[in-house]
Amino acid sequence: MEIGLTTDMLQFLFMGIQRGAIYAMVAMGFNMIYNATGIINFAQGEFVVLGGLMMVSMTMALNLSLVFAFMVSVAFVTVVGILMERLTINPVRRPTVLRLIIITIAVSILLKGAAMCFWGKGSHYMRHFTDAPPLEIMGAYILPQTLWIIGMLALVVIGYVAFFNYTMTGKCMRACAINRDAARLAGINDRRMVMLSFALSAAIGAIAGIIITPIIQMDYARGALLGLKGFGAAVVGGLGNSMGAVVAGLLLGIIEAGSGGYISSHYMDAIALVIMLGVLFVRPGGLFGSSEMVRLKEF
Amino acid sequence: MAARDIIGFCILIALVLVMPHAVGNDYYIGVLIFAAFNCLACIGLSLLMGYAGQISLGHGAFIAIGAYASGLLTTELGWSPWTAMAAGAFAAMGIAFIVGIPALRLKGHYLAMATLGFASIIHIVAVAATDITGGPAGVLNIPRLSLFGYRLDSDTRYYYFAWTAVVIGLYLAFNLIHSRVGRGLRAIHGSEDAAGAAGINTAAYKVQVFVVSAAYASVSGSLYAYYVNYIDPGPFDVMHSVLLVTMVAVGGLHHVWGAVVGAVLLSLLPEVLSFTAGYLQVIGIQYRPDYDILVYGGILLVIMLFLPEGLFAGMIAGGKSVWNLVKRVIRGKQVVRE
Repeated sequence: MEIGLTTDMLQFLFMGIQRGAIYAMVAMGFNMIYNATGIINFAQGEFVVLGGLMMVSMTMALNLSLVFAFMVSVAFVTVVGILMERLTINPVRRPTVLRLIIITIAVSILLKGAAMCFWGKGSHYMRHFTDAPPLEIMGAYILPQTLWIIGMLALVVIGYVAFFNYTMTGKCMRACAINRDAARLAGINDRRMVMLSFALSAAIGAIAGIIITPIIQMDYARGALLGLKGFGAAVVGGLGNSMGAVVAGLLLGIIEAGSGGYISSHYMDAIALVIMLGVLFVRPGGLFGSSEMVRLKEF
Repeated sequence: MAARDIIGFCILIALVLVMPHAVGNDYYIGVLIFAAFNCLACIGLSLLMGYAGQISLGHGAFIAIGAYASGLLTTELGWSPWTAMAAGAFAAMGIAFIVGIPALRLKGHYLAMATLGFASIIHIVAVAATDITGGPAGVLNIPRLSLFGYRLDSDTRYYYFAWTAVVIGLYLAFNLIHSRVGRGLRAIHGSEDAAGAAGINTAAYKVQVFVVSAAYASVSGSLYAYYVNYIDPGPFDVMHSVLLVTMVAVGGLHHVWGAVVGAVLLSLLPEVLSFTAGYLQVIGIQYRPDYDILVYGGILLVIMLFLPEGLFAGMIAGGKSVWNLVKRVIRGKQVVRE
């Protein structure tokens, strides 16, 4: 009995990490655009869907190698992100928040519609990255694909930290996030940084979509819920704080998997959203932000 | 009420009376009935978005609450449809009150996401709570409404009834707008801090208008349930909440008439598209109903980019410039005669 309990818990932990890693990456995408522009991009979930569906076409229909297909898919979604910024965000002068929200909603409707027209309404199967059988750890099973997901999340986090701390462009983006006017005075092209933030955010979304597709079988309509839960992770971690988002994403995933196992699988999808609302209502600065920093922000 | 609003009412009532004779076909009358439901929900949402300046991506949830309250109370407990509708409206208002107090402390993007999360939770519950809501199978055999012993069992009767509800809802909305509360809301839209400094209890006003708009949505949901006689969670997903915001935004955020125009136009859009699809086929373009969503998103995007005040404001401005042109042409002629 005792062994069975820990095995169950371990199994839910693996499942939770697998889900949580995706929420973490979606949340990082939200944060990047939020830091550069103050916008919450409602089309973030669509980036994930587009990445996944593109990868399906590249590997299953065109039979390209995994690495090449991966690069093509990420590049494609990155271009979509750049086009979105150039065509719909950049031309708007002195926008109101309401207008920006509706613009990103319009883009998400368009991307979702385009995905439905190209890839159809069904869900798409994609083979796992490696064919190895599931590994057994203390009676619980972990899919090789889950290891890929954990590895990719680690790579993205390392890349993120390296980019923002050790490259000039990354430092410029951070400067823009802290104070856009001051950054502009220091000679930073802030509009280019906004475009770059959309590109990177789309790329991270695409990676998340690509690595999860073999497990969840992507379809065009998944964007909204993935985006919403990713936003939940971003809020719980403190909007704008990407390392907080990674921890919060994993946490949400594990809680969700655990409640799915122990409470009810029907209400599983609602759990992350209830936590998100709770944090928004009680502590909108997120669980990890200091209360002093929170007071400076406007919600 | 301002003179132009009275003119607006006259035009609306005239159109409502003429349309059934113009379309003549039960299918299109059905489409117009659905337009009325959307109209009613959008009028409420417009009070919240256009006047108080607060976004809600969660009004689909209040429509669901109204529809499910009507469906369940009439079929399971045998309540009269009217009592069930009132109970649904009170339930929606109560929930809006409870959710609104913490949610409306948030602004902009945070509020949008919080309401979207709320709508998503309600939808998940409607699907998952199979022993109460029937789950994906839904609620069957919801009775029809009757009014003064007169059963609203034909499409034409229900059409007049639904649009009468819209006119009454619109009238009540105008009463609210031209009251102290309405002016307070507009002040909040301009600047919340300034409104607060001028002595307006901004938090209370925002929650009040949220509650009122939830009541509109709930009644619209009840009317929907009594018309189709069958409900399932499908139509109350997150996309429907987004659709309502789209209608209000396309019509124009700054006026209730904008919500009416937006709701009617976007409700009719799928019919217009399937109608034009026939002509497109003649010139060799295969149009599929799947493309509707692209047209929809495209219209929303174009209007937000180039006509952020919405179609209604655009129509007014267009009408004014045409009128000016006409005046200039007439005056020009007079000069020639002299």
